[in-house]
Order: sequence, then C-alpha cells, then structure tokens
Amino acid sequence: MTTSIRRKPTSTMPVLTVILAIIMIWYVGAINLNSPQIIDRYEKKGIDWSFSQLATDSWNMKRAVLPSPHQILLELKTTIIDKNVTSKRSLIYHAGITLSSTLLGFALGAGLGISLAVGIVYVETLDKSLMPWIITSQTIPILALAPMVIVVFGAMGISGLLPKALISMYLCFFPVAVGMVKGLRSPQPMLVDLLNTYSASKWQVFWRLRLPSAVPFLFASLKVAIALSLVGAIVAELPTGGQAGLGARLLSGSYYGQTNLIWASLIAAAVMSASLVSILGLIERRVCYRLAGGQEISNEL
Amino acid sequence: MNLTSASTATNTVVEVKDVYLDFPTKDGVVKALSNVDLSINAGEFVSFIGPSGCGKTTLMRVLADLETPTSGSVLVNGMSPTEARKQRAYGYVFQAPALLPWRTVEDNVLLPLEIMGYGKDQRQQLAQEYLQLVNLSGFEAKYPWQLSGGMQQRVSIARALSVEPQLLFMDEPFGALDEITRDHLNDQLLRLWQQTKKTVVFVTHSIPEAVFLSSRIVVMSPRPGRIIDIIDCNLPPDRTLDIRESPEFLAIAQRVRAGLAAGHSYDD
Repeated sequence: MTTSIRRKPTSTMPVLTVILAIIMIWYVGAINLNSPQIIDRYEKKGIDWSFSQLATDSWNMKRAVLPSPHQILLELKTTIIDKNVTSKRSLIYHAGITLSSTLLGFALGAGLGISLAVGIVYVETLDKSLMPWIITSQTIPILALAPMVIVVFGAMGISGLLPKALISMYLCFFPVAVGMVKGLRSPQPMLVDLLNTYSASKWQVFWRLRLPSAVPFLFASLKVAIALSLVGAIVAELPTGGQAGLGARLLSGSYYGQTNLIWASLIAAAVMSASLVSILGLIERRVCYRLAGGQEISNEL
Repeated sequence: MNLTSASTATNTVVEVKDVYLDFPTKDGVVKALSNVDLSINAGEFVSFIGPSGCGKTTLMRVLADLETPTSGSVLVNGMSPTEARKQRAYGYVFQAPALLPWRTVEDNVLLPLEIMGYGKDQRQQLAQEYLQLVNLSGFEAKYPWQLSGGMQQRVSIARALSVEPQLLFMDEPFGALDEITRDHLNDQLLRLWQQTKKTVVFVTHSIPEAVFLSSRIVVMSPRPGRIIDIIDCNLPPDRTLDIRESPEFLAIAQRVRAGLAAGHSYDD
C-alpha cells in the first residue's frame, strides 16, 4: 500500500499535462478538419470571416468531421443523464447490452481457456495436437468471422446475447489458454519433485502447487482477455444491423453521419474497457498479495 | 575396499548394485554414475561427498526415485525405489527450503500430512511436535518470507520429519547457509539423528560437516561419477563441535581429503 501513497503525487501532474496536451491538439485538429466545409459555406454565402469566427464555427459545427471535446461531452450528457436508462437513445442502455455480452463471453472464454490449458499441461497428446489449432484459430480475422456466426445462429433461430458472447469467447480464450499453460508449468522443478516424494496424485499437485503458481499468469491473461472480449462484443453488434449495443450505436452513427454519437460510443467503450481491466487489477492485487503470504508485491499494471 | 562388511540381510535399508546412469546432452553422453555399489544399514548416517558433478546428488535422486538409472539394481527397504516412493518410505530435504510462499510455516509442515491423508487432529499434533523439535514453536503463523534462510531450512526439515519416515534423504540442506548457522544446524541434526535413530543419507561438499555428522563417508569423484572410497567414521556419540580440533577428527578429514584429491583430475 505504501507504493500507492508514494505514487500519487508524482503521477498526477504528468497525467494532467498529457490530458491537457491531448485536448489542445484535439481542438487544433478540429479546426484543421472542419474548416474546409465551413469556409465553403462562408464563400457560398459571401460572408467575410475572421480566424476567431472560423475557430468558433469549427468547434460547434453540426455533423463535424471531428467533433470537439465539449460537443462530445454534451452528447454524453444528453445520452447518459438526460435520457431514461430504458430508452433506446440512452447510452447506458446500449452500454449495458454490450457489457452483458462482454461479461458472458469473458466467462465462457476464460472457462474454455483454462480447460484447454489444463488439458494441454496434463495430456501429452493434447499438448502436441491442440496448440497448432489454437494458434491457427487466432489468425482468422474476427471481422470476417463475426457476420458468419451471427447469420448461422440467426438461421437456427438463436439471436441476441449468445452469438455475440461466442464471438467474445473466441477472442478471449486464446490469451487465457496461453497464459495459463505457462502458469501451470511455472512451478520450480524442485517443488514438483517435492510433491513426487510424497507420491502425490496429479490432482493433488494441481490444486496444491500448479494452480496457485499459475494465478499471477492467469490474471495477466484475464486483463488482456476482458479488453478483447469487449472488442468482440462490439464487432459482433455491427452485423446485427444496428439493433442495440455500443457496436450498433457506432454503426448508426456512421450511417447518419452523427460523429458525436460515434465518439460518445467510443468513449463509453473505452471507459468500460478501462474499468473492467482496473477491476481485474484490483482483484489481482488482493489475490496475489495473499499468494505471496502477505509480502508486498510490486507488479503494477 | 569392503563395501558390504557391515550389512546383514535383515537391516539393509539401501542396496545399490552396479548402477550406471547416463544423461544424454547436446555435447554427448554425460556419465553421471558409473559402477556404483553401496549398501546402507538401518540407523546409519551416510554422507556422500565429492566435488560438483561427481554424481552425489544424482545417486541420492536415484534412491528417491527422482531419477531412473540406465542399468543396475537399486533396492530401498527391499523394494524398487518407485515402490518405496509410493509407500512413502522416505523424507527428502532439498538444497533450498522449497516452501510454498502462500502457506504459513505450519501449513507448509502440514502439506505432506494432508497429501498422505492423515486425520486432522493427528496432522496438527505432528506439525506441532516437529516444529518444536526444530525449535520453531511460536512461528506457526508466519509466512516463509518472514523467516531467515536457516529457519526456512529448519521448517523444511520439520516438514520431512513430520510424516515420521525411517529414512531421510538430505541433499546439501545447509549448503546455502552461513558458517555459524550451519554449525548450529549440524549440531541440532546430530542430536536429532541420535534421538530418532533414523537412517540418514546426506549429500555435502563440506569435509568437516561430513566427518562431524557421519557414521560412514562415501567419497565420490566426477567424470564418470563413481565411488572411490568409503570411510568408517565412528566418533563418540556425545561429540560436540569442539571435536573438530581433535586428532582423530583431523585424521579422518585427512583421509577424506586424500580420497578427493586422488579422484580429482586436474587436467581439465
């Protein structure tokens, strides 16, 4: 805990500086990208314009190429605070739908990844036969695969949460399987020998040695997996034709040129992703602290 | 060199005959053990001594069924090492404490008892008893990282003793410790051996340690790993560390040193 006390005063200033710089670049970029259309408009109407007027108009343009931060904040306010949560125009409603498929896909993917890892570590034929397939599976672009999965499941009458969660699972299981295999194989040979001298069964070795040793590796993988799971959920929402979810909001935003909506959805997705990873990070800290016997550990994210 | 003079059919614990062990490596075959014959009787304290690479640890790992010899026969308690291991015939203390960091001192000692299916009350009682024996009462709730190296190694000794094996394998258990701690633990181990009458097989590369503790010293030499001398070493049972200054101690130490020198080729 001492680390976090020491960390805060040193990190607040740099973080604020970077955020400030990004916002400044953003406003400059908004002028750059939006001004050609504005100038066109001025010229059509024959208006004399100054630079300050151009800047103000670029920053408040409707359907801007790059909306400025305060426009996005306003969009977030109207779609989060001003709309009822059950409304189809509420960003919270859509984020909730994406979150549920992210979490289900993450749970399925983590379960599949862990099971595969246990199989690979304990069954020699699986070790040789499974890994090439697992790696091959990840070379197929998810953008190509997602519509097929949605269409095939739709033809079988299954739509909504499950097909989306399966696409998340497909992205999730890979880092979990790879990390968990490494983790389950991480105990020192001496500790494995030790349990052999007790003539311990495979499962006793698993529960008492391999699984606790794998936990730090597992958490590193889970953090990657949950971020991928959200990507999977959003990609899976694109081919559904814009029914619900952050992916659907992105799609309808681009259909109708509502860039504010696109950016607001993107920010919602980023905040969700960062929160999920942080929650896992907090759990990781607590679990790893216990696994180290209460010794202070320094594996910051 | 008479290797079997003291052995009788009834109390031989370890019987090694004509054992060879080759490790295939990238640079060709390493002859870890070559033509090893040895028998160890109940209640003996036998040390394997020799330079690194002489196969002393490998020989002990063969006895414990952690390595399989290429040829030859090995009997532990009259059965194959695998059977002996499955019957949990021995305790093994490694070079490092090998404690699980997420378990307290007591839970580490409980580990083999849990695996071997001892009842809960008996587990607690044995753990208490053996932690007391290694002078670690009061440290039950500590975690390994809170203890010094010497204390950690004592926990691992208590853990090996807790299942009350009649045979104890110790692979350079004090090798990583400082001289003062090592002396202290040598003294404790000697008392422990005398109290419990266990058979101890001990690997070391320290001549004073081997002479002080052992009833017999097996001198080994590398390339190929083989036994070159077996020295009887029956110092008085009530010896203390002071005996290391005595002429009989120095005479045995001298013979061990001569054996090591004879077996060691300085060509490479």
